[in-house]
Amino acid sequence: MENNKKYWKGFDELTNDIEFVKKAENEFPDFLPLAEKDENNNTSRRDFLKLMGFGMAAVSLAACEAPVKKAIPYLNKPEDIDPSIPNYYASTYFQDGEYSSILVKTREGRPIKIEGNTLSKVTKGGTSARVQASVLNLYDLARIDSFMESGKKVKMNDLDKKVLAALQSASSTVYILSQTIISPSTKAVIADFAKKYPNTKHISYDAVSAYGILKANEKSFGTYAIPTYDFSKAEIIVSVNADFLGTWLSSIEYGNQYVQGRKINKENKSMSRHYQFESGMSLTGANADYRVAIRPSQEGIIVAMLYNEIVGGANTSAISDKNIAEKVKKAAEDLKAARGKSLLVCSSNDVNVQVLVNAINDNLSNYGNTIDISKPSYLKQGNDEEMTKFVEDLKAGNVGGVIFYGANPVYDYPKGKEIAEALKKVAFTLSFADRLDETAKLCKFVAPDTNYLESWNDAQPYAGQFSLAQPAITPIYPEGTRQAQDSLLKYAGSNTTYYDYLRNFWKNNIFKGQNFEDAWIKALHDGIYEANALVAPQTETKDTTSSDKKVEKKQDEKTQTLVASTSFKGDASAAASAVAATYKADNNKMELAIYQKIGLGSGAMANNPWLQELPDPITKATWDNYVCVSKSLANQLGVATGDMLKVTLGSNTITLPALIQPGQQKNTISIALGYGRSAAGKCADGIGQSAYPMVAFKDGSLMYAAFDVAVAKSEGKIEIALTQTHQTLMGRGHVREAKLTEYTKNPKVIREKYDVLIQTSEGLKKPTEITMWKGHEEAYNKNHWWGLAIDLNACTGCGACVIACQVENNVPVVGKQEVINAREMHWIRIDRYYSTDADLDDKSVSGYQKMEEASENPEVVFLPVMCQHCNNAPCETVCPVVATTHSSEGLNQMTYNRCIGTRYCANNCPFKVRRFNWFNYTNDEKFITVNFMSQSDLGRMVLNPDVTVRSRGVMEKCSLCVQRIQEAKLTAKKEKRKIKDGEVKVACQQACSVGGIIFGDMNDPESEISKVIGVTKNEKKDIVLGEERAYHLLEEINVKSNITYLAKIRNKA
Amino acid sequence: MQVTSAIREPLVTGGKTMHDITEDICKRVEEKPSTSWMIAFGFSLVLFVIGAISLAQTWWYGIGVWGLNKTVGWAWDITNFVWWVGIGHAGTLISAILLLFRQKWRTSINRAAEAMTIFAVLCAGTFILMHMGRTWLAHWALPLPNTYGSLWVNFHSPLVWDVFAISTYLTVSLVFWYVGLIPDLATIRDRAKMTILENPYSPTDSHLERSEKRKKRRDIAAFVYGFLAFGWEGGAKVWARYEYVALILAGLSTPLVLSVHTIVSMDFATSVIPGWHTTIFPPYFVAGAIFSGFAMVLTLMLVTRVVYKLEDYITMEHIELMNKIVMLTGSIVGVAYITEFFIAWYSGVENESYAFINRAFGPYWWAYFSMMACNVISPQLFWFRSIRRNLIWTFVLSIVVNIGMWFERFVIIVTSLHRDYIPSSWTYFRPTIYDVGDYVFTFGLFFVCFFLFAKYLPVINMAEVKTVLNSSDEKAKAKALAHLATGGAEPMKASPSYDKGIE
Repeated sequence: MENNKKYWKGFDELTNDIEFVKKAENEFPDFLPLAEKDENNNTSRRDFLKLMGFGMAAVSLAACEAPVKKAIPYLNKPEDIDPSIPNYYASTYFQDGEYSSILVKTREGRPIKIEGNTLSKVTKGGTSARVQASVLNLYDLARIDSFMESGKKVKMNDLDKKVLAALQSASSTVYILSQTIISPSTKAVIADFAKKYPNTKHISYDAVSAYGILKANEKSFGTYAIPTYDFSKAEIIVSVNADFLGTWLSSIEYGNQYVQGRKINKENKSMSRHYQFESGMSLTGANADYRVAIRPSQEGIIVAMLYNEIVGGANTSAISDKNIAEKVKKAAEDLKAARGKSLLVCSSNDVNVQVLVNAINDNLSNYGNTIDISKPSYLKQGNDEEMTKFVEDLKAGNVGGVIFYGANPVYDYPKGKEIAEALKKVAFTLSFADRLDETAKLCKFVAPDTNYLESWNDAQPYAGQFSLAQPAITPIYPEGTRQAQDSLLKYAGSNTTYYDYLRNFWKNNIFKGQNFEDAWIKALHDGIYEANALVAPQTETKDTTSSDKKVEKKQDEKTQTLVASTSFKGDASAAASAVAATYKADNNKMELAIYQKIGLGSGAMANNPWLQELPDPITKATWDNYVCVSKSLANQLGVATGDMLKVTLGSNTITLPALIQPGQQKNTISIALGYGRSAAGKCADGIGQSAYPMVAFKDGSLMYAAFDVAVAKSEGKIEIALTQTHQTLMGRGHVREAKLTEYTKNPKVIREKYDVLIQTSEGLKKPTEITMWKGHEEAYNKNHWWGLAIDLNACTGCGACVIACQVENNVPVVGKQEVINAREMHWIRIDRYYSTDADLDDKSVSGYQKMEEASENPEVVFLPVMCQHCNNAPCETVCPVVATTHSSEGLNQMTYNRCIGTRYCANNCPFKVRRFNWFNYTNDEKFITVNFMSQSDLGRMVLNPDVTVRSRGVMEKCSLCVQRIQEAKLTAKKEKRKIKDGEVKVACQQACSVGGIIFGDMNDPESEISKVIGVTKNEKKDIVLGEERAYHLLEEINVKSNITYLAKIRNKA
Repeated sequence: MQVTSAIREPLVTGGKTMHDITEDICKRVEEKPSTSWMIAFGFSLVLFVIGAISLAQTWWYGIGVWGLNKTVGWAWDITNFVWWVGIGHAGTLISAILLLFRQKWRTSINRAAEAMTIFAVLCAGTFILMHMGRTWLAHWALPLPNTYGSLWVNFHSPLVWDVFAISTYLTVSLVFWYVGLIPDLATIRDRAKMTILENPYSPTDSHLERSEKRKKRRDIAAFVYGFLAFGWEGGAKVWARYEYVALILAGLSTPLVLSVHTIVSMDFATSVIPGWHTTIFPPYFVAGAIFSGFAMVLTLMLVTRVVYKLEDYITMEHIELMNKIVMLTGSIVGVAYITEFFIAWYSGVENESYAFINRAFGPYWWAYFSMMACNVISPQLFWFRSIRRNLIWTFVLSIVVNIGMWFERFVIIVTSLHRDYIPSSWTYFRPTIYDVGDYVFTFGLFFVCFFLFAKYLPVINMAEVKTVLNSSDEKAKAKALAHLATGGAEPMKASPSYDKGIE
């Protein structure tokens, strides 16, 4: 009976109510058991309470529900996408005159990393910090997702109609204002556009102009272009103010060449000698063998003095400063002794100075050897004089319309304010900017360009060197962005897409007489194409108004003239006297040098937090702009680092904090461009002040110096976010260095000078020979023994590796305040040390205090430091929970999930390379502006899915890109073979354009690393460094690191 | 017959009888909280709440709210941890080592000192939890069986040794303290029960009578203290076992006095950081711990003594003896400081000698000289008997010593870390408001616990003090006889002359 017990849901069920039976199947009744309203149509109190209760419950339940995130599986898997297998697309980076042929790494259809393209003859697989960081611009939150008209979002078609109407009704000249365009097809598109609208004029300018060189080459050789330099062939390099390793022209390329001439090994013990004359300490100056601090006004006269010494005959005065004069003489002698194997470069924008430079190089028979004018570079084409005219036209109101393509002159042109003012009067303004930047904000129409990773394009950095850019992702805002070229084609009335146009252009111009499809696919795959015949760019828009055929003809003609005109025909003596005439020896006036920082350059990419937080290689400052002052000037002004300085030039005043910079010429100050953005995005806006208004005009070209500025102490003090606050090595041997002469005489000199030996009963011994540890050699010798070698002679300190590592390993950006708190997260840092005048043997209190002071014009050394992967790792023994352990392949590993965050490992790390997640960088809204890469849905797309994003309270550090090692090991395992040398490249190594970082298996005697550091094994099967320059950091505490350094050699007498 | 020692002053003065002792100590537990206690407790509670707010924020946002950085990974957190652990040591030393050495003067102070030990170790423990990046996973530092396979703690790590050392220390101290409390808790229980016996409810009670009786009866106390007293009945056998247990626990605690701070010092000594990597640390840390512990006991007892009018139990003699220990350990610490310097120079190791030069003359010179002045110079004043026996001097110096000992830990931790091997990473540590706030939290915790203890538990070990009572004191004898005259056996039992054949 009991089993037959039945429970009713209610009387309805018992009575088999018809209404109930109908709905009995439903789990939930679709009606609420509410009574009907009463006769007065009022809800009863009971029902009111029921509704209330239900409402409350429903609301609180709704609040508990997690937002639905749509994950769409690859039900139909795209053919070319395998989840977790990256795809690489060859493409091209070009910005601010910096060109790099690149491979874009995409995962599940989104670009996550930029690598250098090793097939490129130009950049040879090299990248820079900016190239590395550029992938984030794709996911920049400041990008606009819609076409805009007068600040309001509009539909693409509506905007197009209005733009077309405006173009057709334009009464006077419509200018297309761009920065240098190295894409031949883009130029052709502009030409087509100009054909449709004959009153169009294309002007190009450069935020950082090289007009002086361009014009001087036109004067000297009839070629309005920059020559090809080859620093690798130069035995003597003299640079006057040219920061060719950092920011001058094609520094990725020059860096690579330069280091080829500086690398030393057993076979080749010669290296180039490098003189640098400059005002502020630049990256190039930091690498020079001889660095002389000069005033910006002396730039010309130094070249003239060199001319006098080498060529002779010019009537110029000389600099009285003995030190400078002596060094000029010495440089000249060296140059003369190395005819045909030397190189003089100068960044001056003064045509006369550049003519003199050409004359000197010509006299030294460097043309055809270290310089090639017959293979010109098109990386900078900006014409300052045309730009000046444009601004005048604009101000006079003679402009019918302006189209800004990749140009933001309101910010990056000295007369930006005047342009902004004048733009209001222009009837038609259109910007292709991807964000509402300073200029786009003032434009009537904005038709946002796609990011370069979403676009088709081509480039011709050098005559005959072509490269292609292909989209690595479909546009993120397909409705709101359109590639500028497509827009122009549309306005020109063409129905072709830019992709077809590009193919056609290559078919007709570049792949003439070849099987197009094959050649195209190969070029697209390789990313580059080397033409046998030279194709000249169309520098003048007038030329390009003709049809394609005519263009070809012109090009052929130009090619002819280019090759023919390599003999110097400039007037050197006239130039020399012009230089001499303008030089006034006045040492009392304060001079200003305006430079670019490695991270931000011209400031176009200022909204990139990676770049903002990249420590400047020299000052180690992040997130700020400042005035570099010498120690003596600081004393004179009574300021310390961080005190505000007011710099006045004419009517322009900027107030920035001072930063005491060793090496700065006494009576000069330096200010960097690229800061003071007001409309770049949340990350960049309001940081520092813009130095563009300080840029002067001289003989029609922009001059990045001012000869008479007023500097005064101002109110207030701010803290500059420095990642390194201590300047000198304190007499410690962390960086080993020697002079070339002593090294060639006795390669053991470095060991003798620096090795720490310990007195034992059996005589002096290396610390590594006495140990209480059993050693791990047994385990390491079974398979791989990973190691990294860093050649300090190759490392220029540029910082590309820092960004590459940050991108690869999802390293968070922490913002200015946290850098001030000394909590930056970079896994690799580049220590920069200045030499000191103090006696390094004086170990007294005052002796140590003196050692902390850098010399007035110090020598500089760079020391990249990441986790040293010690075999006797101090961090491993102290972790209470075994979160950091050693692999059988010599890697020191972090198990983030196991870490409880005691930080003991970081304390016990003698290299201080461990980084702690002090806050929840991935979720704490305090970091949303700077670390949007892990806080916004868009930003998160850039994260590398192979690397865990670390949580708060966890320690992290360099893993030697263990994910890359693992990937290569798996591939090798599938193919049943061992990993080949060079198959695994760690991120920092891959980004290093000079090959200063070598990663590999130290068990493999044939690997590059084994050869470079001279690996031999002792009887315990432990590694012994055979190379005399090779050493480990802190050998004396016997941590036995797997990172090996190669000592720095300086080529000085 | 009356015997007065020519060289030893009596340990309890004021002609106390056994009954007086019971009365004096139990009164504090039984009476309503005094105004001064309320003020002090209220103040501690405020500190506790302020600190708790700070701590909550620390845990919510992460320890980034502190001033630590990439180079200085420990500063106030571990300084405070070591400081609190150090303070705890005096309690154990007093209760264990002095017991083994039959130092009878310990009886007046051991209860409070042991309580202080426990609360100090609790405070130290909160810093262990606080300083972790992921406190919610703190149990991973324990060798617990887990589902992760053979995932175990790292027995190489001094932090794991710390976990064992501190938890053992807390357990043993707690047990020792509690066992010592049982006879006294039984006394309080009996007194509470007496109120019930003396005021029996009868059905004939009027309403007024009933409420009068209810006021006098201490039912809750009888229950709570009865529960806590574990059924102690005071028989000779129980006492004998009690003595054995105390002796065994003293034996167990004695090595802890040396081992705990030795292990704490190994957090530093086993590292490779110049300034930490020092073999002298274990003895020097132990001496320092006793030094600061005694100073803390002095600070607390001087106040308790006045507030609870315990001058007869904690006499000048006690204070002087403690001051002597402070002077001795202070001098040991001083010698250790100088030895460190000598060895740094003598080793000829560049990094080592720089670490010590930097300690004294670098950016943290002020901390170093505060430490030297407080720890080395100030205790030397106790060579003067007048200062040793001066309450004000003692009180001030006891605080100075604790400040100095805080600086010692700060100097060791921060100055060694902030400039170690690679100059590029050298930084300067500055505390934030949260560093201070979280320290305040432990002060709040400590004093809240201490005042609760002082109110609800006997601050002086009655049972043990009675054993060191001078039984031949004339005044006490007179008092006892006067009591006797009132008749009854009860007062007689409380007299020092009880059962000693006095007519």
